[in-house]
Amino acid sequence: MSQIVVEKKVLNENQKLAAELREKFRQHKILVLNLISAPGSGKTTLLERTLERLDKNKRVVLLTGDLQTENDATRLAQWGFPVKQIITGGTCHLDAKMIEKHLAAWPLESFDMLIIENVGNLVCPTSYDLGEHFKIVILSVTEGEDKPLKYPSIFVKSELMILSKVDLLPYVPFSAELAKSNARSVHPGIQIIETSSKGDGLDEWMKWLEEKLAAVKSGELVSA
Amino acid sequence: MHELSIVSSVLDQLDELQKEHEGARFSKVGLRVGELAGVDVDCLRFGFECVVKDTHWAELALEIEQVARRQRCPRCNAEFKAENWATACPQCGEAATITIAGEELQIAYVEVEE
Repeated sequence: MSQIVVEKKVLNENQKLAAELREKFRQHKILVLNLISAPGSGKTTLLERTLERLDKNKRVVLLTGDLQTENDATRLAQWGFPVKQIITGGTCHLDAKMIEKHLAAWPLESFDMLIIENVGNLVCPTSYDLGEHFKIVILSVTEGEDKPLKYPSIFVKSELMILSKVDLLPYVPFSAELAKSNARSVHPGIQIIETSSKGDGLDEWMKWLEEKLAAVKSGELVSA
Repeated sequence: MHELSIVSSVLDQLDELQKEHEGARFSKVGLRVGELAGVDVDCLRFGFECVVKDTHWAELALEIEQVARRQRCPRCNAEFKAENWATACPQCGEAATITIAGEELQIAYVEVEE
């Protein structure tokens, strides 16, 4: 019996592709965000409110992943920014190959920001690097405060947590303070913005976006 | 879950490795899975059994080494295991410590029958 030492990443192929994508994004100075949450936490709604507020001269492009249907792309297309639906046909996450394939037809040099809305799932998307600058996790107040403890990986890997649907706080037994302290216990440096579809926190969120966009343009923010 | 796609990524890489080691019979593959990798080890074992069954890898055994999350403190340089996801430095209390282990999702080795 002998042993061959391999020491390779299992998702080597994905990692290689993600590195290529990252290099392209760097060349063209595009900010890339990967939005991850459980189904129904409000990823698409947050994006709708975002597109509504975005300066129409901003060159933003979106990829949205689901197991089936074009519904999200249809919802998001209303604001005039280019959107493409990625139908995974059952796969529970997006991978770098899907991103590469769906970006192929677009002239990357003419964009400032790519927002990727991952498949609704708090587990699997965590493992797949898409070449993004930041993962953003969304937790809604109709879920449990202990989600950051139950699904720590995604909270550890996210730069920002959006606590969504805060307008429902008076009606649900959910402690925002406990949810935030749980998130900080697994990731002390995580930034947190509380939002709702009624407008709460959206100025803060837009400011966060503007800052990151400026940092990518100036070359100060480079994704590793 | 995505454990099935992870299994097929492993087998794809073994197919490649087999080309470099023609004629060698791989009897076992050793994977290293970190606590932060987002992979359920039981699902991975189950997925592995299901996938290899009908392939030329049917005889391949699987060994999984699970890796706990370890942190390093940038202030006092202490290294420690992050118990229950608590990452503050137990020595000096620094909150922002750096992850040094636990993100692995690797093929560590394959065993070859002579």
